[in-house]
Amino acid sequence: MGSNDSSNDTFSKMSTKIVIAGGFGAGKTTLVRSVSEIEPVTTEALMTDASAAHDDITETPSKTTTTVAMDFGRLTLDQQLIMYMFGTPGQARFWFMWDDLVRGAVGAVIVADPRRLADCFDAVDYFEQHSRIPYVVGLNKFDGNLDYTPEQVREALEISPEVPILPFDARNRLESGNVLKDLLTHALAYEKSDAEPVG
Amino acid sequence: MSYRRKRRSRIRPYTFTGGRTRSRHPLMVQTLVSTADPAAQPPRNLMPESERILSLCRETRSVAEISAELKIPLGVTQVLLSDLADQGLVYIHPTITGHSPSENQVLERALRGLERLFQ
Repeated sequence: MGSNDSSNDTFSKMSTKIVIAGGFGAGKTTLVRSVSEIEPVTTEALMTDASAAHDDITETPSKTTTTVAMDFGRLTLDQQLIMYMFGTPGQARFWFMWDDLVRGAVGAVIVADPRRLADCFDAVDYFEQHSRIPYVVGLNKFDGNLDYTPEQVREALEISPEVPILPFDARNRLESGNVLKDLLTHALAYEKSDAEPVG
Repeated sequence: MSYRRKRRSRIRPYTFTGGRTRSRHPLMVQTLVSTADPAAQPPRNLMPESERILSLCRETRSVAEISAELKIPLGVTQVLLSDLADQGLVYIHPTITGHSPSENQVLERALRGLERLFQ
């Protein structure tokens, strides 16, 4: 009884991650807040730290001063499995952080504000080009209405036909949770249909 | 000028890590870390930051949570954790990326977990 778990249980824990992307103010943090079991944590990452595994920073030491805020939330899915949700910085000037946040993610949700679709062009481009990461688009219904159908949005953003486009309200816990479920379902199908022989 | 004292440290983060910026272990932001032996005393030669990590990770935490709770930049946290792992002082848990079909079982568990939470 109580909070102590045996060390066996402790060491069998594992984690996974999904990324919440989209334009500034599209509802990424709202989505994380709706589903997370903890208050979303905002942490500042030095650019050089966050990208240490990829960039050779010795050539551009001036980059070391850049700090970027990122939000994350957590969901305990079962006794051994924890999923983290990382919100990507929305502003275009922080795209350099994306590779680090996206690395090792099982999937991504692009949150789109239907009133400002152009704001998520960059995110769609990014994930269309990183085909290893399955993604879905969540159309955030801010006032309960959508001016466009998902298919119109697909056409406008040039999103691949197999990518689910899901209208939802980021303030609603269940609707947001459903987007995560659909992402996982998509990721499972993606893995199977895309299983090409490597090496 | 008292506000300046609130800054925890003016030591450059790289001082902690001997100039290294890479970790040798697969430490992503979501990777979980546990203190290998929570009952053991930390070795004496550890830096205070590493000691704080060891103490914090008596309860399993992700790299991002360690960084946020101890206010140590992510990259520095990763390097310190990597050193602690080399010394056998922390255990680095498996991270499920879903990139290999062998991980599908875990993805299915994740989906079942989401279905339980959001029904």
